[in-house]
Amino acid sequence: MAAISLRAIQKTYGSGPKSVKVIHGVDAEITNGEFVVIVGPSGCGKSTLLRMVAGLEEITGGEIHIGGRIVNQLEPSERDIAMVFQNYALYPHMSVFDNMAYGLKIAKVPLDQIKARVDKAAKILELGALLDRRPRELSGGQRQRVAMGRAIVRQPSVFLFDEPLSNLDAKLRAQTRLEIQKLHRELGITSLFVTHDQVEAMTLAQRMLVMNAGRMEQFGTPEEVYQRPASTFVAGFIGSPPMNLLHGQADGARFTTGGQTLPLPAVAPRNGELILGLRPEHASWGADGGGTWELQVDVVETLGAERLIYCRLGETLFTVRIDGMLPPPRPGERVPLGVAAERLHWFDASTSQRIA
Amino acid sequence: MAVEKRVRFRSWWLPWALVAPQLVIVLVFFFWPAAQALYYSVQQQDAFGTQVVFVGLDNFRALFRDETYLASFRVTAVFSLLVAGLGLSISLLLATMADRVIKGSGLYRTLMIWPYAVAPAVAGVLWLFMFAPSIGVVSYALNAAGIPWNHLLDGTDALMLVVAAAVWKQISYNFLFFLAGLQSIPKSLIEAAAIDGAGPWRRFWTVQFPLLTPVAFFLLVINIVYAFFDTFAIIDAATGGGPGKDTAILVYKVYFDGFKAMDLGGSAAQSVVLMSIVILLTVVQFRYVEKRVNY
Amino acid sequence: MVENRPAATVLSHLTLILGVLVIAFPVYITFIASTQTAEQIVQQVPMSLLPGDNIVNSYKFALFGGVTEYGSRLQPALPMLTVSLISALVIAIGKIAISLLSAFAVVYFRFPGRTLVFWMIFITLMLPVEVRILPTYKVVSDLGLLNTYAGLTVPLIASATATFLFRQFFLTVPDELVEAARIDGAGPMRFFKDVLLPLSTTSIAALFVIQFIYGWNQYLWPLLMTTDESMYPVVMGIKRMISGGDAATEWNSVMATAMLAMIPPALVVLLMQRWFVKGLVDSEK
Repeated sequence: MAAISLRAIQKTYGSGPKSVKVIHGVDAEITNGEFVVIVGPSGCGKSTLLRMVAGLEEITGGEIHIGGRIVNQLEPSERDIAMVFQNYALYPHMSVFDNMAYGLKIAKVPLDQIKARVDKAAKILELGALLDRRPRELSGGQRQRVAMGRAIVRQPSVFLFDEPLSNLDAKLRAQTRLEIQKLHRELGITSLFVTHDQVEAMTLAQRMLVMNAGRMEQFGTPEEVYQRPASTFVAGFIGSPPMNLLHGQADGARFTTGGQTLPLPAVAPRNGELILGLRPEHASWGADGGGTWELQVDVVETLGAERLIYCRLGETLFTVRIDGMLPPPRPGERVPLGVAAERLHWFDASTSQRIA
Repeated sequence: MAVEKRVRFRSWWLPWALVAPQLVIVLVFFFWPAAQALYYSVQQQDAFGTQVVFVGLDNFRALFRDETYLASFRVTAVFSLLVAGLGLSISLLLATMADRVIKGSGLYRTLMIWPYAVAPAVAGVLWLFMFAPSIGVVSYALNAAGIPWNHLLDGTDALMLVVAAAVWKQISYNFLFFLAGLQSIPKSLIEAAAIDGAGPWRRFWTVQFPLLTPVAFFLLVINIVYAFFDTFAIIDAATGGGPGKDTAILVYKVYFDGFKAMDLGGSAAQSVVLMSIVILLTVVQFRYVEKRVNY
Repeated sequence: MVENRPAATVLSHLTLILGVLVIAFPVYITFIASTQTAEQIVQQVPMSLLPGDNIVNSYKFALFGGVTEYGSRLQPALPMLTVSLISALVIAIGKIAISLLSAFAVVYFRFPGRTLVFWMIFITLMLPVEVRILPTYKVVSDLGLLNTYAGLTVPLIASATATFLFRQFFLTVPDELVEAARIDGAGPMRFFKDVLLPLSTTSIAALFVIQFIYGWNQYLWPLLMTTDESMYPVVMGIKRMISGGDAATEWNSVMATAMLAMIPPALVVLLMQRWFVKGLVDSEK
């Protein structure tokens, strides 16, 4: 178990005029035993960041500390880490047992210890019956478990997961997610988990590192990220359906957007151009104390347990989520929505950063 | 397919140690002799074989004025076109038939593969035996059918003999590639054509053959290179380049002039000419294959 | 195929059977000839198409040589077969070993001059030994390697077909395997031995067949550089046996030797057929 320290991490590919900077400075302190998820869209640099921690990519700038020592110059095998890959990376010609034992064999661990560790990992992951099989005889979920077993036997200070669930079908994904959670509860090893799926991030993370275009947008607990997103990017990325973001002019307790002026339940933090955010699940159906908005319904989607109402606000569609039991409005109807002050998010129109 | 790997090992000395064996051999037995061929091609030995004199491109000029050399060029051209043409068409036919039969294509493949294993020299001897004017089985049949056969005297007969032997040997190689090419054509294309009303003959020419052109082109170049070089043994065994020089292809002439006639400069010049032809062919093929792979 | 046309299928089978027969015919003749006596072959025109009864004699003389009843001295084929076998094995194994190492270096390392090294090796693909015979002969002679196994084999290991094939294959090995191995603590040679080699067995098998046959079939090169009869490979020996003219040649022994010369490569091909075909066709890509 070890703490991880990321200080001013930068990554540039190539050199001279053709160089591409992909990570612009990431700072984060990850405590001992914490499960941190690095989440963001494709190409945001999350895998690159993880691979720099692993030692598979050179660190162009900044320092990475694992367990108190600087690891910038160390080979992956010297950093006391283990990694689970998206494509499992199992050695195809070796049995499950040999796959898990390989690293220990190289480290010259005595055979009886190897066997003990492999058996223990196999028991945790229920792989006991598969020890003699080859990877090609296993299903996707089984292969992923073997990959995790390989990581466990190394008894590392840090686990690194590189989108391990992306290649599994939806049902397996949910199952394996639970297994990973169980594993962390049992072993308590510091973990860095990379994914582009915000559901995985929200369910697995003790803290989330949200990344976009090589920058760290926010680093906080799922609660914090959901309730108080630090930027419009985070606001729109976390939560499904995504938060409504309205560009408009604020003037006291009024907000003009999309050709309509909406009354606000409280005075806006400042006047002028602002971005107003409200999650679809946070608008109340029907007038409900505090500012009442009247919006025209465009499309209604029925999902069974809930309904999604898309209301037109000028050029944008404002999404509202209501309980499936409530009677649906008709397209074209004007409906009242209740908005509570504490549910509103305010962002700066130019920097996209949170104001209130 | 990636041309570069993302992952690398770090070591400044290990890669050199790994390539050293091959590099040494390549340098000593390939680059050094090739350079020497170039060197000698612009030299001429004097009558006593004691001195060499730089003569520029004289050897080359002499070559291209030499009737026998030009004749050898002609023979080689005819020979390789025949070998490539016949070899490709016959194996294409056989491969198409093998692709059509659902059961047994594996068996036919096994039965057709092994001429690949026969040494060209042995093939030459075998066919010589079959066509030997006095005792050969096939020559007997030909004579009985009223077709006179004597490859020891008739240049055309001799050429046909070596062409037959060369084609016989090459059929299996071509067959393998054509069969693989045919089997890699998605069945859905052929079925779509059938639904569109195309019969098997039409389907072959409009769907299968066009999709085989990359394989066919590759095999064409391979067959031509084969006809240029690997057939030396067949010719030496079956006809010895004769009668006269009627079956002396270019590579045979290089050997003959260099080792029997001891003409160092001329033979080296011929080697250089041959090298240029092969390089040209290989570059053309590589460029074409590379383009195909990229789509 | 698509339609159910029995007539077309029958035609296809017939063509194929015809093809197989034509392909097999020369070898059949050879076998028949090897079972008869030299007299029968020369005097009975055409030669009978049925096996004769001289089979043991023919092969005995072919293998062990000696003076036949016609008074001619036959060179034994057995030593020649041995020479062929050793050369073929050395060429095949040598080429594979060297190429594995070179391809590994070129694909998995970044070092200055890498591109140059790659092209240097690649160029050798373009020029078979027949094109550089004279100067290569001179080099071998200068090195004192005439009439030796080294001289027979080493110049032929220079070409790059194997390196190219392995390079193409290595490029298809997933990057993650290397990364997992790095994390497991495997150095480059460890990775090579434990992971890369086992994955390459199909390519190695295919190449072994191709190179064994290439080595076994070598004719021009041994012709040039061996003057000592004990170093003649069998394919060369056969040719020398027929230089006496149609009637003077003991065809039965020649044919028996030819059969013997054909067996080892045919065995190698047939036994490794599956890997061989796959590797041959894949190598084109």
